[in-house]
Amino acid sequence: MTQHIYLTILLPLLGFLVNGIFGPKIKNEKLIGIIGSGSIGLSFIISVISFFETLNLPVDKRQTIVTLFPWINVGNLNINFSYQVDQLSLVMALLVTGVGFIIHVYSIGYMHGDKAFWRFFSYLNLFIFAMMNLILADNFVLLFLGWEGVGLCSYLLIGFWYDRKFEKSTTADAGKKAFIVNRIGDFGFLVGMFLIFMTFGSLNFNDVFNRASIFNVSEGVFSLIAISLFIGATGKSAQIPLFVWLPDAMAGPTPVSALIHAATMVTAGVYMVARCSVLFASAPAVLIVVAVIGILTAIVAASIGLVQNDIKKVLAYSTISQLGYMFLGLGAGAFGAGIFHVMTHAFFKALLFLGAGSVIHAMHEEQDIQRYGGLKKFMPVTSKTFIIAALAISGIPPLSGFFSKDEILWYTYANGLWFLWVIGVITAMLTAFYMFRLYTLTFEGKSRFGSDKHPHESPKVMTIPLIILAVLSVIGGLIGIPEIFSGEHGNRFHNWLSPIFKQAERKMIIFGTHSHFEEIALMTISVVGAAAAIWFARHIYLNRPSIAENLSRKFRLTYNLLLNKYFVDEAYDYTIVNPIVKGSTSFLWKIADNKIIDGTVNGLAKVVAIISVYSRKLQTGLAQFYAIIMVLGITLALFWIILSR
Amino acid sequence: MLNSLQDLYHIIPLLIVSGGILVSIIVEMYSKDSEKILFALSILVFGAAGLFSLYSVNNVSILFNGMLATGGNVNVFSFIFNIGAFIVTLLSADYIRKYGTYYGEYYIILQSSVLGMMLMAGAKDLFIIFIGLELMSISFYVLAGLNRKRYNANEASLKYFLLGAFATGFIVYGIGLIYGTAQTTSIDILTVRFPQLTGNLLFLAGVLLFLVGFTFKIAAFPFHMWVPDVYQGSPTVVAGLFSTGGKAAAFSAILVTLAALFNGNVGSLFTPYLIFVSALSMIYGSIVAISQDDIKRMLAYSSISHAGYLAIGLAAGNSEGTAGIIFYLAAYSFMNLGAFGIVALIEGENETNLSIASYAGLAKRNPALAALLSIFMFSLSGIPPFAGFFGKYYVFFAAIKSGLTWLALIGILSSVISVYFYLRIVVLMYFKDQGEEVIPSKSAMGMVGVVLSAILVVLLGVFPGSIINLISSFL
Amino acid sequence: MTIPIEYYLALSAFMFLVGVTGVLIRRNAIVVFMSIELMLNSANLTLVAFSSYLGNSVGQIFVFFVMTVAAAEAAVGLAIIIALFRNKLTLNIDEINILKW
Repeated sequence: MTQHIYLTILLPLLGFLVNGIFGPKIKNEKLIGIIGSGSIGLSFIISVISFFETLNLPVDKRQTIVTLFPWINVGNLNINFSYQVDQLSLVMALLVTGVGFIIHVYSIGYMHGDKAFWRFFSYLNLFIFAMMNLILADNFVLLFLGWEGVGLCSYLLIGFWYDRKFEKSTTADAGKKAFIVNRIGDFGFLVGMFLIFMTFGSLNFNDVFNRASIFNVSEGVFSLIAISLFIGATGKSAQIPLFVWLPDAMAGPTPVSALIHAATMVTAGVYMVARCSVLFASAPAVLIVVAVIGILTAIVAASIGLVQNDIKKVLAYSTISQLGYMFLGLGAGAFGAGIFHVMTHAFFKALLFLGAGSVIHAMHEEQDIQRYGGLKKFMPVTSKTFIIAALAISGIPPLSGFFSKDEILWYTYANGLWFLWVIGVITAMLTAFYMFRLYTLTFEGKSRFGSDKHPHESPKVMTIPLIILAVLSVIGGLIGIPEIFSGEHGNRFHNWLSPIFKQAERKMIIFGTHSHFEEIALMTISVVGAAAAIWFARHIYLNRPSIAENLSRKFRLTYNLLLNKYFVDEAYDYTIVNPIVKGSTSFLWKIADNKIIDGTVNGLAKVVAIISVYSRKLQTGLAQFYAIIMVLGITLALFWIILSR
Repeated sequence: MLNSLQDLYHIIPLLIVSGGILVSIIVEMYSKDSEKILFALSILVFGAAGLFSLYSVNNVSILFNGMLATGGNVNVFSFIFNIGAFIVTLLSADYIRKYGTYYGEYYIILQSSVLGMMLMAGAKDLFIIFIGLELMSISFYVLAGLNRKRYNANEASLKYFLLGAFATGFIVYGIGLIYGTAQTTSIDILTVRFPQLTGNLLFLAGVLLFLVGFTFKIAAFPFHMWVPDVYQGSPTVVAGLFSTGGKAAAFSAILVTLAALFNGNVGSLFTPYLIFVSALSMIYGSIVAISQDDIKRMLAYSSISHAGYLAIGLAAGNSEGTAGIIFYLAAYSFMNLGAFGIVALIEGENETNLSIASYAGLAKRNPALAALLSIFMFSLSGIPPFAGFFGKYYVFFAAIKSGLTWLALIGILSSVISVYFYLRIVVLMYFKDQGEEVIPSKSAMGMVGVVLSAILVVLLGVFPGSIINLISSFL
Repeated sequence: MTIPIEYYLALSAFMFLVGVTGVLIRRNAIVVFMSIELMLNSANLTLVAFSSYLGNSVGQIFVFFVMTVAAAEAAVGLAIIIALFRNKLTLNIDEINILKW
């Protein structure tokens, strides 16, 4: 099956085509749902088989490259449509198809009755197609194709309900914002790609990474390449300074938020940095930047999450914050730990979003948590699975989030970035706090919604995906139990991925060893911190809501700052967007564009059009005139031949 | 003799088409309901010949005492001609009735023109090129004037005939001079003797006249004047065949002779001539197309500028250029046939609805047709990821490689100009309201033909590398 | 004594030019077509002359092909001219210019 890995890409494409072309004709929702989810389910099965086949191979033979056909072969630029199956891409493939499948099934229930049911499923399949291209590509160009593809699908799906209002504008505007912010990142990625081709003369992963170890390239060049790629990653993975699009992306249907804006697409940046670990490891300064940006994003987003009242906004900021953790891990040189967190995060964040979707569904599109409360008794499955996810994201052992988050924090500390570790622990506490604020306000306490709402548990097609994800959130971390607990086996997940990062780790400076005692002590600190935060959150919002009010009144300034997301959107509007808009209307549009560029272009176009109008008269319609022109041409050519002898 | 019998196996595509012609003539004579039978027969013949050409593409051989080559790029060309004609047949099914005429000979002449094209592509001797060329051209003269009651068709076919025959005169005279000076008409022997003949003025004049004749057939400047008139006056589907099969066949003949003569010798004698032809065709075609109101005339000027892009590959004179031309021809054939096919569907009875304005608001009434036409327009203007982009890309790359960067720049400039008139149609379809109600005719066969072209255009855009590798492996 | 090849070539070139001139200046479509035939025949003359000069039969065989093709062309051409004449009742090719620009 490994040789047929391209099927995992073709099947979603097929699903897209079938639903996209015949969708409007198929009136049966069930059939559309089966085509849509079935294609992803089959892809998942193929990925699983490939995984076990690869698992049975000896460690040094676990990379398979499947070349479908040559794509662009010109000069020394050889780009093929070829896919690379190795430890890293398999993990991602399993994740994308597995979680993707669950979310597809969930969507059958969630989107029930939507007038564009078929369009939704065809877009989702197109997204999986693009995402699989991104993670299975064996060269930068194919990766970029997928990269742009997921961006496009994200845009289409954010604006899926293009006729609805979202906050002050429309969902279409939210989609546009996501697209434009991502463009800035893509520009960085493109620059990185050109630099790589200039430096290494290839865009093939294997060639580039081998040459990165062999070629004598200065650290400055590596830094330039790495920082360009990282700018690309900040766009796609919503890091400072390009994180502003993700909260707005919540304008899309909730399954989209779960799949694209939480579990898979936003991790593309993390994947890309991990894939290029060699290049990043050769630029230590950039690694520090990655780590700092990561932890800053983590704490900033977490603090904003503390006060948001829209259930999906809270989850959106939590996603940004968790992505920050992943970049912290990458920056600390713990590439494996970063990918591990990608995986566990996909489980519990998808679960959180789907749970939120279930709640929103039950509450008739109400998203304000201040108007929930006491939903536990109406929605037993949703509330139970939600609390599991909340515990997992808070890092309570032995749930999945604990292992991945702790591994990142431990590597941060062990590599001497103890200051970042402190911020990391604080962020973890904030995370635990806002998650349980969310949980308590939603599911416990008294009902705060009107009598016109009749909450009910969602249908089975939605709850079963929740249960599966809950199970995964509980046990998902067990494959990455740290060495100190598992003994001789070591960290299985780490061992599986280690060949990918071997080259990178060889380039990194390994810091001194630390004792097991230290590791356990640090673990204890973060777990106790998180537990305390959980207790505190429940105490405030269950028993003494006045504390929260008092706090917000006392720290009015801070509260407003957080509620308004540090005014980042406004700051961007004020410093970048408005000047650009103003500058472009007053100068670029009215003078440079209208007068100079349009003038030139229109002038040229006018000249061309005038030439066109006159030269068409050459076509007199007289056959003999045509013959005369021919004879003239021949005579000229004959003279030229004679004279040039 | 036995040897020649074995040769027959290699020319099965040619045999299929010639057999088709003979059977069609007999059917036409005895059957009352010949229209349906001949249509089915045509589909069968072109499909079988096209697929068999592709199937036996690796059987490279030279047959009949070095008169005819098969396999390799000859079969690639044969595939292009046959599948192109296949699409034309599909498009004709309902079109020729709407056009107001059905004559039994339509499909027969269609088949014989394709036979001519295949002979030109496979020729190894100036004889065969001439026979093929005339078989194709004479069939075309008839096809152009298919509806003899319609004045436009009469005028188009008369112009085509007079100027085409005029060009033939130059070709024959050129062949005469080549034969006299080189003492042979075999292209292989010519290639061997070519170096000693470069000083012989009579020989060079002969080659030049020959070349001029084919420049006429590919519709390049300054021998392009007939193109717009003929395309406008001819039945739309037939004009589609002229612009694709006819052009591809003429290019195949030029490649057969010139590529052999020049033997990859860059900067050869005729490069300045080719550069001149190529640059002016591109610019002239693109510029004049802007001010056209009739969509068939616009496509005709676009066809002239595409001849220019293709000629860049000839001017480059390297193997990349040759491979690029063949790829470009495949891409151009299918995208242009698709475009002409849609024009044929939109066209009303008595040649109405042919103005560009009648495309306004098409997207609202018929989104499928509008989307398909957009694909063809994007591809024609060379926007990735469609086939047209890669065609231009390979040809330009070949030019840059042989040091003709400025010619490639002219090509890019002309592409930029051409975007204007291609995308104008897309803009009209999507962003303008309809002026008058235009209802495309219902034709299931026509739709199949158009969709098939679209699929081929997309496929060529997705797999350009594989196809270019296949073509290059035969060079 | 044989006639030198140059004489033949000069004659055929002259015939060719007469043909070209005829195409360019005559107004009657049939005469134009006849001028084209003249061009083809001058080419035939060249071929035959070379064939006999070189002692090589290829040229003469080629001439048969050209003649066949010319006959076919004549058939098609005259048919087209008749069809046109029926519609327009003129053979003056200056008046055949509906399709232009």
